[in-house]
Amino acid sequence: MVDDVLAVNIENLGFHYPGNDGVTFSGLNLKVKKGQRFGLFGPNGAGKTTLLSLMTGLISPLNGKVELLGHNVAKHNNEVNRLFGFVPQDFSFYQELSPVENLAFFGAWAGLNRHQIKTTTDELLHILGLDNVRNKQVDKFSGGMKRRVNLAIGVIHNPQILILDEPTVGVDVQTRHAIISYLHELNKNGTTLIYTSHQLSEAEGLCEEVALIDSGEIIAQNHLEALLIEHKKESLEGLFLELTGKEYRNDV
Amino acid sequence: MYKLWATLVKDFRVLWRDGVGLALMFVMPITLVVVITDIQNSTFQLINKNKLPILLVNRDTGASGKQLVEAINKIGMFAVLQLPQNQDEKTIGDSLRKKDALMSVVIPADFTRKVLAKSKNTAGKALTSFGLQADSSAQKDLGEIDPLTLYYNPVLQESLLLSVKGALQSALQLVESRQTLRTLYFDINEKPLPVDLEGQMLNNKARINDFPVSIGGSLKPPNAAQHNVPAWTIFAMFFIIMSLGGSVVREKVSGSFIRLKTLPTSYLVGMLSKQITYIIVTFIQAAVIFSLGIWLFPHINLPGLELPHDLFGLFVVTLLTGWCAVSFAICVGVFSETHQQNNGFGAIAIVILAAIGGLMVPTFSMDTSLKAIANFSPMHWCLEAYYGLFLQNGTLSSVVSYLIPLVLITLSFQLLALWGLRRKNLI
Repeated sequence: MVDDVLAVNIENLGFHYPGNDGVTFSGLNLKVKKGQRFGLFGPNGAGKTTLLSLMTGLISPLNGKVELLGHNVAKHNNEVNRLFGFVPQDFSFYQELSPVENLAFFGAWAGLNRHQIKTTTDELLHILGLDNVRNKQVDKFSGGMKRRVNLAIGVIHNPQILILDEPTVGVDVQTRHAIISYLHELNKNGTTLIYTSHQLSEAEGLCEEVALIDSGEIIAQNHLEALLIEHKKESLEGLFLELTGKEYRNDV
Repeated sequence: MYKLWATLVKDFRVLWRDGVGLALMFVMPITLVVVITDIQNSTFQLINKNKLPILLVNRDTGASGKQLVEAINKIGMFAVLQLPQNQDEKTIGDSLRKKDALMSVVIPADFTRKVLAKSKNTAGKALTSFGLQADSSAQKDLGEIDPLTLYYNPVLQESLLLSVKGALQSALQLVESRQTLRTLYFDINEKPLPVDLEGQMLNNKARINDFPVSIGGSLKPPNAAQHNVPAWTIFAMFFIIMSLGGSVVREKVSGSFIRLKTLPTSYLVGMLSKQITYIIVTFIQAAVIFSLGIWLFPHINLPGLELPHDLFGLFVVTLLTGWCAVSFAICVGVFSETHQQNNGFGAIAIVILAAIGGLMVPTFSMDTSLKAIANFSPMHWCLEAYYGLFLQNGTLSSVVSYLIPLVLITLSFQLLALWGLRRKNLI
């Protein structure tokens, strides 16, 4: 049964950086169902970005397994890479190029042909409001426009899973609304969303299921409403503060 | 194939929009080639056109002093500026410090008297050895002739100073020999040496015929352009490290590497594209610099560049030189964490590789240990291969022995870069 396949299946994950610097995972388990809008939240240094890096195969686990749609990410073959799109926190594209030129390059690397790239580029730039600047160099864009370019590149190959690391950081309300609306649209069309952010009110509107992570451990995971009822909280922010504390977190 | 094409298009676009990088790769090396060739050409033509200014103080009032001044003038290497006889050392020193001239020769006051005495002494010894009666006064030895005094500005290079001293020594030798001949002739014949005979005896030297030994059999001596254009073209090619190494660093810093790694394409496609792009850039650099040598140099009073006869050989040497420069740049870019590291290390490394590779000082003039170290500089092998074609009129087969070590060094850079990418989890 295709529907029984998990979008993300992490079992008994063990990982630490060389010299034990930073976050350590030991026996971490996480399952995300296909088609879900899943949010991963935690304070700075909790291990969100590291966990996303393990999901995308950017780093390899020391033990345990990470599967995307039943494929082992550790093998990191082209088949796995076609399944997901990744929108990193940084502007990971060529600022010397225009949106069209960036999409042409990343589209080719995602395995699309010239015709598919053109069609998808036109569609994406229209949806994300970048039509009128399609041929302008990105380095002249505002932060919000660059975020939209970053997102467009992540979805150019129409991935089944979209992994987003703080996709709306530093953008204005309009851009945030446009991005979140587009993510809802993608999810309606079957794309599983794995999303991290510090914008908890935004996350409440987007995510069906959430997991809270702290010091490399999943400290809570369930449907958002169920978690709020369980912990008698009215908002994700209240829940977050109760479970992770109010102390400053210095992530060095 | 489409992925590679798209990557090539991307790399060319990024490069085209990098104005500073383009300037570093083209404007600076071109300026360097023109300036260095001009300077080198001035040295080549020192004897014929650009004479070395020299201050001359003749404290001697006799004939030998005048003959020495005349002989120094005749060397043809110096623009002689004769100062008053009583010019003191301090004034001479001031002139040298102000660089009116870089050297000064002082002929001592008793120069003629001592030359005369020495010639009599030498002639006397010669007559005695012939079994003839020598003039008894001739046997008196007045001691060595006071040496000429040569003052020079310390900026004068040692090699040039040695050439000057050699030239002055030959002028001195001429004056002494002339006087000895005259004395000897007079003592035997009791009449002065005829002028025409003196001329024949002193000036009828055997000529030295010099021919460049080329592989291709050409007897045409190479000019400054043949020496400098290939050398500084190599330097220019390695200068792509600023742009290419910087581009690798930029991809790492901006996170493009991370995005690319999550896409279903090997980063080796990206590396291949960068290599193709920048090898084409090195070809354009070579074409531009060679063209300047051929067409521009003759219009700015520099000797024109002549391309080697084996154009295919030139293509292969340029290709391998470019590939080596590209591999080195990628290697440095992979291991650099910042632009500063890439540009700083890259620039210094290029200068060191050029220096030990013989681009600045020929390797044949280096000591044994430096000659051994030169073998590790890729620029040394590039230069040897280019010189084989440009100076010795050789062919590809005659320079293959230089290309083999060059390819081995290039492959080492490639393997090192791959290891670095793997170590940093980038591929």
